[in-house]
This record gives sequence, structure tokens and C-alpha cells, in this order.
Amino acid sequence: MTGFVQRRPIATLAIAVVVAFFAWLVLAPWPPAVTEVMGPKRVFLSAILSGVTLGALYFLVASGFTLIFGLMRNVNLAHGSLYLLGGYIGFEVADRTGSWLLAFPIVFVITALIGIVLQYVVFRRMEGEELRQTLVTIGLSIVLADLMLAIWGGRSYQILTPDFLSGPMELPLVTAVRPNGDFVYLRYPRVRIWILAAAIVLGIAMWLVINRTRIGMLIRAGVDDREMLAASGLPVQAVFVAVFAFGAGLAGIAGIVGGTFQSLSPGEDTRFLLASLVVVIVGGMGSITGAALGALIVGLTEQIGLTYAPTYSVVFTFLLMAAVLAFRPQGLMGRRL
Amino acid sequence: MIRLTRRHLLAAPAVLAGAAAARSPLAQAAPLKIGVLVTLDGPFAASGQDGLRGLELALRAAGHSVAGRRIETVVGPTDARPDVALRQARKLIEQDRVDFIIGPLSGSEGIALRDYAKTIPDRTIINGSSAALETTFIDPAPNFFRFITHGLQWGAGLGEYVVRSKGWRRIATVAADYSFGHTNFMGFAIDFCRAGGDIVRRFWVPLGQADFGSVVAQLPDDVDAIYLGLGGSDAINFLNQYLQAGARMNFIGGSAMADQTILSSRGRAREALIGTPTSGMISDENPDPAWQGFVRAYREGFPEGQRFASPSFFATSYFIAARAALAALDAVRGDLSDGQRAFQRALASLVLDTPLGAIRLDENRQAIGPVFVSEVTQRADGALYNRMVRRIDDVNQTLGLPIEEFRALGLPGRDTPNCARLRRSG
Repeated sequence: MTGFVQRRPIATLAIAVVVAFFAWLVLAPWPPAVTEVMGPKRVFLSAILSGVTLGALYFLVASGFTLIFGLMRNVNLAHGSLYLLGGYIGFEVADRTGSWLLAFPIVFVITALIGIVLQYVVFRRMEGEELRQTLVTIGLSIVLADLMLAIWGGRSYQILTPDFLSGPMELPLVTAVRPNGDFVYLRYPRVRIWILAAAIVLGIAMWLVINRTRIGMLIRAGVDDREMLAASGLPVQAVFVAVFAFGAGLAGIAGIVGGTFQSLSPGEDTRFLLASLVVVIVGGMGSITGAALGALIVGLTEQIGLTYAPTYSVVFTFLLMAAVLAFRPQGLMGRRL
Repeated sequence: MIRLTRRHLLAAPAVLAGAAAARSPLAQAAPLKIGVLVTLDGPFAASGQDGLRGLELALRAAGHSVAGRRIETVVGPTDARPDVALRQARKLIEQDRVDFIIGPLSGSEGIALRDYAKTIPDRTIINGSSAALETTFIDPAPNFFRFITHGLQWGAGLGEYVVRSKGWRRIATVAADYSFGHTNFMGFAIDFCRAGGDIVRRFWVPLGQADFGSVVAQLPDDVDAIYLGLGGSDAINFLNQYLQAGARMNFIGGSAMADQTILSSRGRAREALIGTPTSGMISDENPDPAWQGFVRAYREGFPEGQRFASPSFFATSYFIAARAALAALDAVRGDLSDGQRAFQRALASLVLDTPLGAIRLDENRQAIGPVFVSEVTQRADGALYNRMVRRIDDVNQTLGLPIEEFRALGLPGRDTPNCARLRRSG
């Protein structure tokens, strides 16, 4: 940090100014001149928050994807199917038991088990054969999509938001000042704030596990050099299975979250697979911090685009991806392979 | 041994045909081949299957023959993309040598088929359920016929209804930013603005948008209602996020907003639609005996589980298309010689009795027919359905405006129509 400041004083100053300006935009009531250019502050804040919370959802899906890729170098194109399957199972559990929270452990276990089966039956047999793995997982995703269509049909499902999370909450962010001097605070859906908080906690926990524990050390060693790790007599296959199960479980949980604030229907699997791919390409393959940063940027790009330039909002995400590929092909946080 | 069995199989239809011929001397004429373009893959796969059920109902009622000629159908499956529809249409005409085509199912396929129709003037295309305005409004093909009303006509009556009966005069709109979204919105807006309504803000969202958080935040709260021109899971996502934001407002539904895909979805979002006025080509609970008879025939014609609870818009459209073809074939006694000119004239001058009421064609060969205004209502068992509140007969392509005046409004797009100008003239 201090090294960067000393090496690049001007860049540091520019970043500080941008951050300060952004903080001012978020925290201070806007003078009329700013409102004239940017529209009401409520809209700006909502776009930012929607972007961040959408990023939280993307992070949940993409972190499992990137972890699996980083460690095993296999691109699991059935990851989106695990997301959708988790969502459907979550709907069934929440619908039958009436408990939204109970859906999380159940879905995590079920999708993690599917992940273990996938790793044992499919990936272990074709280690290092990327093309074969890719084709097999595409095939699996098609089979799973049709099975889900057969079971749950083509209609849309939303998972019921539990009472303690439904409705809006007031955030301590001022959107306007009434003529009598009262502050008007931003109202925002409670469930999205909680999901954001949960994603942040999960992200920090994952970072701690990977950087501070023995199992994390094994995973990092595996990411750097699989063969050396195996040659040292460590149970590399067990680590693979654990990571795969965890990644799959995360995708399943993300399905519940997605089903709660968006909806579940056929086709969502490929949409989230694509989103995960964009996130890890932007963030850098195999890096949790990269997935978090990528998810945040992609979510913000989508929502700010939708607010201020709805006509072109569809292309922004892909422009972003193209820009990253052109100037930093390994991704923002990725290391050169 | 195997060869023998195969020969037997091959011979079977010939024997059956011979038996049929023995019963009726007229049936000796060559069978009539109908190509059916229908979507059987992708998001509209289930809709396409229902379209086929509608077609089958019409053919069954005619005993699969018309004017003494047996009817054969060849299905050309598409996935709702215009290039695939075009390829399948070519295959039907060039390889299967069908006499005419019934189809396609979706909007942009229809526009592609209109252009293809011009290259095959001696064959005929009778539209299935595609409902884009352009197909029969801009440079229409002389051998392309559409017996259903299109997306712009479906807006008829709804605008006036919400102004007069609901007293909603100031609205904001959220609609999907593509041709059907623009067209369907324009139909509603023409009617609404002429009745004295005002659209204060228009939001256009990309098709397939899953996260509406930032749109919901921008919706003004000093309006009487919000028009929603979304469909499918976009509509559900919007409602879900709208409810989560804790807002509550009257809605007005576009034609894709309050159909059964949304009304029968699982979850709480659909409940936000109760009481929402909407309009479209059909209304589930239309008391007209013709419609009730059609619904009964549909329910009896197919076992439960292999059909919808009630015929969808797609089944109705393909049924009407097949009925039109049969009626015109009857009129010309199955004679398709002379480049099908007589057949095409018969189609153009038909006044067709349909489950919806009488339908005739205008000079662009586009249907003039009824449109229904409904309100989303909850049944005692909790299911949602469209309760018919008004029926507007003889809706034409320009919604009753003189053609020059209609053209002056511009083609469907984000900024058409100009509401203030319509309000002054209306």
C-alpha cells in the first residue's frame, strides 16, 4: 500500500479524489445543480445498491465456479444447472416446510452431493483433458435442463420471502432534505440488504479459510502446482472433492437467493453460467477476491447502465469483458498462467 | 424377412387410402398437403404444441378431408427464430411440395415469411399466431393472409376503459424494448391518449432483463397507475421486485402481462396483478356460446395433462387459420389450379365464423375482428383468471383512425405515439 503511494503519487491522488467524490455523492444531500445533471439522488442510490446486491448474487454463483477452475483447471459448464436445480429444490423445501432458512442447509447438502458425484464419476476420469470435460459438462447441462423441465415444467417460480425479510427498510442514507429541514432517508428492499450482508460475510469467511487455515494452504498449493502437491503425499483427490462439493453447494444456495429476488424458469441456468463466466473473466480465473471484484463491477455496470442508458445496457457487460480481455487478459486479480 | 415387413408397412397407408376411396368416389383426387410451421423448440415450445392441438381440432371436425380431398399435414418445426422459420418454409415448399403453409407462430418469423411469400406467388401462406404489425401493414404480400388480430389491435378499448371506468388519467409505463413491446404499447396508448389520458414517463427495458431494482426506484408515485408491457419471467421478476420494494400501485397489463404463464406461476408475485385490467385477442371466460363450445371441444378432444386447462391464444390462432383454409377450400371445391388464384380470392373475401366472433379481412389481408378487455380476478380456489369486462367488435388495423392520420403517428417505437397531440385531436 505505502509502496504504491510512493511509486505512483499522482495516480494515488486521482483515486483518492474519485473515491472522495463518490463518497460525497452517496452521503451528502445533493445540491440542485447535481440533481439537474444526474436526476434524483434516490434513483442514483438505488442503481448503486441494486448493482451491489446483484453483484452479491453473482459472487455467490461465480465464487464456486472460479474456485473449481482455479484448483482443478476444469471448466464446469454445468455450474448454471446446479444453480437452477438448487433454486427449484429450495422452492420445494420452502414451500413444504414454510421455512426459507431451512432450504439453505438442505439445498447445500444436496447440490454438494451432486458435485461429489460429478467429480467422482465424470471429472476424475478425464483429468487434464479440458476439451472432453467441457463437452461432457455441456452435455450434462442439457440433460439436467431437460430433466428439470420435465419435473418443474416451463412456468416461473419465485421463492417466498420470509416475513422478517419482506418489505422495505430505511437506510441511513439521505436522499433529500424536506423544506422543513427533515432528512428523507432511502427505502430499499430488506431482503436484498440481508443477502448483500450474507454474501460479504461468506466472502470474508472464504478468504480467511483459504489464506489462514491448513486446508486453505492445501488449496492454494494445489492451485499453484497440483503435481508437486500430489508428489508430497498429500490427499489431493480429497481436496478436489471437498472443493468441488463446496463450489456446487454454493451454486445451489445462490439458486435460492436468485429465486427469491428474481425468479426461476428454464433458461436461467445458462444465463447464470454466462454471468459467472463474465465475472471470472473480468475478475481473474481462480481468485476469490477477483470473483468478488468482478461480480461487483458486472452488477454495477448492469444496473447503472439500465438506469442511465437503458438502450445500450445489454452491451455494457460485454464491452467490459472485451476491455478486460484486451488490456488485462488474465483478469483484474488474476495471475498470468 | 425384414424387407417383407417393411413392404407391408409401406403398403398399409395405400390400402387405407384405397378403402377410403372405395367409400367416396370423390376422394380419388390427390390428397391436399398442408405445411404447418410451428415452434416446437425454445421458449415457445409449449405454445407451439398447443397451436398444433388447435389445428388438429379444426381438421378433426372436418374429418381430415375437404371437398372430397384427403388432407395431409407436414410439420416444419422452428424455434421462433426467423432464419429457422424461413429454412423450414423453403423445405416445406420445395421438398415436401405442400400446397400451402399455415404458420408461423411468432412475430419476427411472420415478417420473414411475408417476404418469402412474395417469392412464391403461386402458393399461399395463412398466418398462424404471429402478431407483428409490420407483417400486414408495411409492404404486405398478396398471398399472405392473417385471420387473427395483431399486437396493436389488442390495445383497443383498454385505454378508454381505464380512463372512463377506472378514472386513471396519469400513468407511467414500463415495457419491453422490442417490436412486440412497442406495438402492443402503441395500441394501448392511442386509445388511452384519445380518451384524455396522459403518459408522464415511459421506461423501456431490454428483453430478458431479470433485475428491475433500479427501474422500480425510478417509478413516479404521483401517477394513477403503471402500464406494464412485459411478458414471461421478465414480468414475474418485475412484480416480485416491485413488491419487495414495498410499493403498491394500480397496474394496467399489456397483452402478454396477464396471460396464463404469469397467472399460474408459483409464488406471491402474481397476486399483485389482482384487479389489473388487460386486453387481448381472447378472454378465458368469454360467455359467448361459440367460445364456450370451442373450449368444450378442446377439453374433450385431448386428455387432461396433455393440454392446458383452456385453449391458449396459440391453439385459438391455429384453429382459426385452419378453419379459414378449410372454408376457402370448400368455396373453390378443393381446386388449387391456376396458381391458387381462386383460393386466394376466396380467402380474401371470407367472412369467417370463429370462436371469437365473425372475422373478415381488410385490403391488406389482415383480420378485422373482436378484442376483449378483461380484469384479472381471483377464483374461490385461489386461481387467477381473466374476467371479461368488455368486448370491442370490428377492431381494424388503424384502431378506427383514418389511414393517413394513423400513418402520421409513425411506426411503433419508443416515442410513438405522441400522447399530447392525440389528446388534442381526440
